[in-house]
Amino acid sequence: MNAPTSTTPPTPSTTASPTAPVDPAATLQVSVWRGDAVGQFSRYEVPRQASQTVLDVVTHIQRHLEPSLSYRFACRVGMCGSCAMTVNGIARWTCRTHVANVAGADGRLEIAPLANLPVIKDLAADMSGFFDKWASAKGVFRGTRTRHDDFAKVEPASPERAAANAGIECIGCAVCYASCDVVAWRPAFLGPAALNRAWTLVNDVRDTAQEERLRAVAGDAGCHSCHTQGSCTERCPKHIAPTAGIAGLKRLAGRAALRGTL
Amino acid sequence: MNDTVAQARRWYVQRLSAMVLALCVVIHLAVMIYAVRGGLSGSEILSRTHGSWTFGIFYAVFVVACALHVPPGLNNIAVEWLHWRPARALFIARLFGVLILVTGLRAVWAVVVAP
Repeated sequence: MNAPTSTTPPTPSTTASPTAPVDPAATLQVSVWRGDAVGQFSRYEVPRQASQTVLDVVTHIQRHLEPSLSYRFACRVGMCGSCAMTVNGIARWTCRTHVANVAGADGRLEIAPLANLPVIKDLAADMSGFFDKWASAKGVFRGTRTRHDDFAKVEPASPERAAANAGIECIGCAVCYASCDVVAWRPAFLGPAALNRAWTLVNDVRDTAQEERLRAVAGDAGCHSCHTQGSCTERCPKHIAPTAGIAGLKRLAGRAALRGTL
Repeated sequence: MNDTVAQARRWYVQRLSAMVLALCVVIHLAVMIYAVRGGLSGSEILSRTHGSWTFGIFYAVFVVACALHVPPGLNNIAVEWLHWRPARALFIARLFGVLILVTGLRAVWAVVVAP
C-alpha cells in the first residue's frame, strides 16, 4: 500500500539563505503524518531557527511536543540516507534540507513518509520491498577470484569504469524510488535505484553474472517500463542519473532479446 | 519465448519504428509545406500521388511503422493508467494496431492505385 498522498500542493522553494537571521518569535506551522496507511496530518508549531533543517524540526516535535512520533535517522550529515521523507510533496533527505529553502515566507511545512512504500508508523516507511528489488535485479557482485588471487586490473579511464563510477555512489535512500511515477503505476517495477545498481554491475568487467542480470532487469518489471521522465535524476541527492543507466540497460537487453541471447 | 523476452522485443520494435516515424514525419511535413504553396485541392494531391510508386512505398512504410509503434504504447497506457490485465491490454492494443494497418494501407491504395 502506498504512503499517504499530500493534499497540499508543494510550496515553492525560496532563495533565502539558510543561515540568514530569523525572527526569534517566528514559528513554523508543521503538518506531520500520524498513523500508517490510514491516518491524518497533525499540526504543530515549531520555533524557527537559523540553519534549521527539516530533520531538526522533526526532532524538535518528537522531543518536545509528540514523544510518540516515529521517524528514522542516523548520521544527520547526508551519508546514511535513512532520514528521507516527503517534504512539501517532494522526497528529500531531511538532514540536508534547510527549512529556509522549503518552508517559504508563510513558514508552512508538510512532512510525510516516503511515497511508494508501505508506512510502518508516522514518518517511518518500510524499506524491505525496496531492498528486495535490489536483490531481484541481481544487485550483488559475483566474481571468480579468491583472496589468494592477484587484484583485478581495471583501467580507470575505460568507458565501463566511467559508466560504473557515474552510478556507484548510491546510498539507497529511496528518494528516487519514492519520486518514480512508474513505481506507483506498476508495483512490480524494480525502480531506479535497483536498476542503477544493476547498471554499475553490468559495467563491472570482473562480474560473471551478466546474462542472468540482464534477464532480471529486462521487460515490463524492469528497465523497459521506464518512461524516461527523469524524476529520479532530478531528485537524487547524490546527483546520480539513474535514467541514463536505465537507458543503457534498455539498449543492451533489447539487443540481446533480438539476438536471442536474453 | 518468455514474457521478458517478448516485452524487451516489443520495446525494441517500438524504438526502431519511432526512428522510422521521425524520418517519415519530417519528409511528410516538408513535402506538404512545399506542395501547399500553390494551393491544395483533392485533385491536385491525386495528380501527384496517383500511379506514383515513390509516394506509395513511402506512405506504406509510414503506415506499417505506425501500426508497429502504437500498440506497445497503448498497452502501457492501458496497464498503467487503466489497470487492465496485461494480456487483455496487449490484445486490445494489437487489435488497434491491425486497425491502423488496414485503414492506413487502404488509404494508401486509394490515393496511389485506385482508379
